[in-house]
Amino acid sequence: MSMRLPKQAGEWISRDKTVRFTFEGQEYSGYEGDTITSALWAAGVKVLGRSFKYHRARGVLSFANHDVNVMVTDGNDTNIRGDVVALGNGMQLDAVNTDGGVLKDKNKYIDSLSPLLPVGFYYKAFHKPARLFPFWEKIIRKAAGLGVVNFNYPRITKRKLNKHCDLLVIGAGPSGLSAALAAASEGLEVVLVDENQSLGGSLTYDYAGSESSRKILEELQAKVAETANIHVYTGAYAAGYYADHMVPVVTAKGITRVRAKAVIVATGVFEQPPVFHNNDLPGVMLGSAAQRLINRYAVKPFNKGVVVTANAHGYRVALDLLNAGAKVAALVDMRAEGQRDDLVGELVRKGVKIYPASCVYEAVATSDKLGVQGAVIFPFDEATGQANPGKSVNIDCDGIAMSAGWAPAAALLYQAGTGMGYSNDIQQFVPNCLPAGVFAAGRVNGVYCLQQRANDGMRAAAEVLRYLGKRPPEVTVDKHQGPSPSHPYPFVEHPKGKNFVDFDEDIQIKDFVNAAKEGFDNIELMKRFTTVGMGPSQGKHSNMNAIRILAKIRNLPVEKIGTTTARPFFHPTPFGHLGGRSFHSHRLTSIHAWHESAGAFFVDVGAWSRPAYYQQAGKSKQQLVQEEAQAVRQTAGIIDSGTLGKIEVCGPDAALFLERFYTGKFADQKVGTTRYALLLDEAGVVVDDGIASRLADELFYLTISTSNAAAVYREMQRWLQIWQLNVGLVNVTGAYGLINVAGPAARDIVGKLVSIDLSDAAFPMGAACETEVLGVPVRLVRVGFVAHLAYEIHMPSAHGLNFWLALMEAGAGYGIRPFGTDAQRLLRLELGHHLAGYDTDGLTNPYEIGAESALAMDKPFFIGQRSLKIIGKKKVAKLLVPFVLPQEYSGEMPQDCNLVIDGAAIKGRVTSVAYSPAAKRIIGLAYVDPARNQPGMVFDIRTDNGSIVKATVVETPFFNAD
Amino acid sequence: MAYQLLKFALGREYKEPRFFRDCQTPKKSYDAVIIGGGGHGLAAAYYLAKDHGITNVAVLERGYIGGGNTGRNTTIVRSNYLTPDGVSFYDASVKLFEGLSTELDINLFYSNRGHFTLAHSESAMRTMRWRAEVNKHVGVKSRVVGTDEISRACPQLDISCSGKAPIQGALYHEPGSIARHDAVAWGYARGADSMGVEIFQNTEVQGIDVKDGRVQGVHTSRGYIATGKVLSAVAGFTPRVCKMVNLQTPIVIHPLQACVSEPMKPWLDTILVSGSLHVYVSQSSRGELVMGSSLDPYEVHSTRSTFDFVEGLTSHIVDMFPFLSNVKIVRQWAGMADITPDFAPIMGNTPVRGFYLDAGWGTWGFKATPISGKTMAYTMANDRPHELIHSFRMSRFEEYELTGEKGAASVGH
Repeated sequence: MSMRLPKQAGEWISRDKTVRFTFEGQEYSGYEGDTITSALWAAGVKVLGRSFKYHRARGVLSFANHDVNVMVTDGNDTNIRGDVVALGNGMQLDAVNTDGGVLKDKNKYIDSLSPLLPVGFYYKAFHKPARLFPFWEKIIRKAAGLGVVNFNYPRITKRKLNKHCDLLVIGAGPSGLSAALAAASEGLEVVLVDENQSLGGSLTYDYAGSESSRKILEELQAKVAETANIHVYTGAYAAGYYADHMVPVVTAKGITRVRAKAVIVATGVFEQPPVFHNNDLPGVMLGSAAQRLINRYAVKPFNKGVVVTANAHGYRVALDLLNAGAKVAALVDMRAEGQRDDLVGELVRKGVKIYPASCVYEAVATSDKLGVQGAVIFPFDEATGQANPGKSVNIDCDGIAMSAGWAPAAALLYQAGTGMGYSNDIQQFVPNCLPAGVFAAGRVNGVYCLQQRANDGMRAAAEVLRYLGKRPPEVTVDKHQGPSPSHPYPFVEHPKGKNFVDFDEDIQIKDFVNAAKEGFDNIELMKRFTTVGMGPSQGKHSNMNAIRILAKIRNLPVEKIGTTTARPFFHPTPFGHLGGRSFHSHRLTSIHAWHESAGAFFVDVGAWSRPAYYQQAGKSKQQLVQEEAQAVRQTAGIIDSGTLGKIEVCGPDAALFLERFYTGKFADQKVGTTRYALLLDEAGVVVDDGIASRLADELFYLTISTSNAAAVYREMQRWLQIWQLNVGLVNVTGAYGLINVAGPAARDIVGKLVSIDLSDAAFPMGAACETEVLGVPVRLVRVGFVAHLAYEIHMPSAHGLNFWLALMEAGAGYGIRPFGTDAQRLLRLELGHHLAGYDTDGLTNPYEIGAESALAMDKPFFIGQRSLKIIGKKKVAKLLVPFVLPQEYSGEMPQDCNLVIDGAAIKGRVTSVAYSPAAKRIIGLAYVDPARNQPGMVFDIRTDNGSIVKATVVETPFFNAD
Repeated sequence: MAYQLLKFALGREYKEPRFFRDCQTPKKSYDAVIIGGGGHGLAAAYYLAKDHGITNVAVLERGYIGGGNTGRNTTIVRSNYLTPDGVSFYDASVKLFEGLSTELDINLFYSNRGHFTLAHSESAMRTMRWRAEVNKHVGVKSRVVGTDEISRACPQLDISCSGKAPIQGALYHEPGSIARHDAVAWGYARGADSMGVEIFQNTEVQGIDVKDGRVQGVHTSRGYIATGKVLSAVAGFTPRVCKMVNLQTPIVIHPLQACVSEPMKPWLDTILVSGSLHVYVSQSSRGELVMGSSLDPYEVHSTRSTFDFVEGLTSHIVDMFPFLSNVKIVRQWAGMADITPDFAPIMGNTPVRGFYLDAGWGTWGFKATPISGKTMAYTMANDRPHELIHSFRMSRFEEYELTGEKGAASVGH
């Protein structure tokens, strides 16, 4: 039966655009502008979902995304919130978490088992005997969760924007609109955010059968539209409040990070359900939900209903129901006094029977338990909270609208650090201590009268202006008058229970009582034991009631109970929105394209991409690495080392700085030479090593390993701040390219391009100079890390490719071959050099890698020296030694990080191991028992397959270079 | 249906007793006072009573029990550490966890799911092998596995991580498990309480009396309590409590954040960790994805949430599981992690006689709850450290004998 009403003034649907869709296999139609829920309800569909735990039939509750009764899937996406997601043409929808459809859900039997499943039942069962727990766990996991995730859902990441403004107003109800207008009229740039598709908040639905709300709204909307400095975001929610007034605003298109000088929170209130038996049946809904159905979507909530209320709002709801042509069979007011204003007279005139001091004792379910067929009304003693079964009235109805009170939508205020106190006048938590720059207005601030809500918005705007240094006029807001908009205890006990407090989690009154009996009687423990507020709607419709129940149980004022912590997000927010378009930052040298065309296999080293080796058809990686290494030993190899960190240390104190920073001496280093630079941390742990070239008296040029470059530069800056030396640091890592030519033919090849004398006498190992190559100024360094004869050419990085091509050409006749990092690691191993970070770990000290010679302990200071003085007196626990396996070894190849063991004890580990074509055997470095460090001594390595390999300590280099 | 549930249907009245008494007024003195009613403090109280017969014990909790890092962690239990001492210690914890539901008679949902530490680079693979070799040596089931085995355990995982950080392999740790964290605290609280331990919630320690280098008693918001033995088990509050006895520790406090998705039907059966992507993720028995990341990179004594944390984490999760793009995060939160220089805890006696420290739990405290309780109880009862915690003694920092767990403590170090 269609529940669609004739056209309502202000409705949000476009009747000329029909939208066809299916739900649970049945075809329906709605209008453009409908949400999934409104279209279904209009079509007369009332069972829209099944509850999480007991699989009870559920319909509309808040119709505002304050509950998850209506969670559907379209086969592609899941956990779609029907209350607020727009209906789309061709949607094929099903309720989530059912077995066999929402009407015939096979799991509905669980409802009748509920006596077996009291609060926290899962802590008390299934664990004995322990061996059966995996069996039970499977069943429990199958029952868990809501929707089924579609593993083929596409990767969709959303753009992010940033927005800066003077004032962010969150919530565009009467208070928010007034605040935005008042602030904008004083020239502030205002961002106004509201989660609904249209501005107005309660002005878009709380009509009380009259047109006045809509008129006010139209006026306000028109003013906002003509105010250029109000930037309106609708369909946008403020997801959280973060430090410095940063509020991510979420829309379907993505997130805008709004940073405001000041924030007004005008987020209003969530209507809270009174709690009685079967208050969750489809057809039982909040009063505001009924109003939203009617006035936004032209949908009749039910044909003949009962309104149960404990405030004035229920009377307004009744008027809207009447206006929509629904019969109001009874208005049940839980308050002893009832309502005493014009609303009463109006309803009475319209023939509504009012039952003051009464309650709905239970909603009577239809025989299929899928809807309401009546309400049982009992006299209610407000003082004791007891329903009196003496004079019950049974009323037939197909729906119940509930309005017993509100909870502030104060999550953002809590996150901002607002102090909240409980107001007995309105039975609500209200802000009493706001952080600087944060303001609250309207119902979230405890102001209920419509005119005063507008005033409160203007008052908040005036405070913002004052906060920003202006002098606005004072705006006064009248104190709340009359009865409280919220009932202190709208709960009706029932022997059969099923009086729900948290609809997400199926939590009833007795669950709280029982949790408290078991000792979970403070609000945080109660939350964790009962799971109240832990569902997808995060307590929007349940936390306040939970607090009221606990206050009653403990016989304490509500204020003493406190609240649970409000954390982001206000509404659950998608991964793709939050993550956004992620960036994978990486760096390439200017020679990268050449490597690619030469078949390089790249690896990531820090942010850089480096060739590990160059692939060739039909050859294995192992074979290619060996060939590349052999080229260096026999003729020449060339490697792009442009990724190395390069830092210039210059100024009068440059040498002094290096003396403090590194372990060695630099003051007496001659211009034109290089020195080994070993960096420790304050605990004496090896951090990095590199080469310091002194290019001038006051200019050192440091190279640092690729992956440590950023960290070392940061450390240098940090220490420079501390030491306050007259030194300049320039990170030229990206500015300089670096090509290393190594091997017996290196001198001849490099010699073709440089004009200086490269002979051993003129440019020995450790020499460094600035010269010119190919008409470009370069830095030339004689190094020995991978081969005894090798040159590093440092050129402006833009020239890298030219140099590379020129060197390849110069070396063509010698058989020069490019090599990657794998061959580089092998080559340096053959020479017995350790690699910091590879052969060392987070605790290695220099004594353990035999680097004593690099420690100038006679210096007054260097980083880590004090620790070394202590460590130096202790016995070394392990020592890095070079080792070989027998030439004829053919067993399991040991791997890096295989352990060195001695019986049952771990003595160390292999840090580098490889087959050396030059040494013609397996060679490596390993940490061993210091007592076994002498050449010729043998130790045990356990390989991956558990076999023990005998390794022999040797001296380096591993091969005879001559 | 489990028979334990029948009693609820049969009895008219709900007869479940309190988990622990509602203690309000402390006695004048106790044999031992435990500061911190989290998992560690309550476990220590439990084992003091059970193993050592010391029942005249007060546990003092500033807020509510289990409200600190016990209730804020991502509930992973594992022992695939890097140092032999670390592995042995956490292995003992895993073994206690395995029998804990039975021992405490509360279902902790201790769920053995297997644990993959993903490696996206060659150097990460080396570390995995190192950990695997040490684990195997100590008798803990860890091994290096290839991408095929990862895919079998989690076919939904994009091995290339959207092309950004291709997975090369993983350290697979068979005993890796998750548990219901709050229930661990509640179970220990009930166990301790039933043997006579008194638990005081909403009770703040304001000072500790030390005379001649010995602890004399504790000043609290409920009055003065005389005692000769005080255990501090307060995680992020350690520096503040240590200040009360003038004890300096090398601990710094960094926030550690986490978040949880809306519930969905369980599909992720394993626990996945990626150091390179700064992610750990598992799916709870409620169907939520429980996710965490590395420590915030700065010292802050606060449990505030930051937006960049959740932006970074979700971006990496979408790289791993592109289909989660429109699945939603429900909630984020933070805890205060007490970090030591070597990423191993500080446990045992201190230079202040009678003041025992159980601290430096950083990002790895939950998994150690049972064993820390057991060893600290031993240490307090005997006034000498249990042999399992020798490597975690505070003096290791001055002795330069650190216990390097940086590579295995958690992600992102």
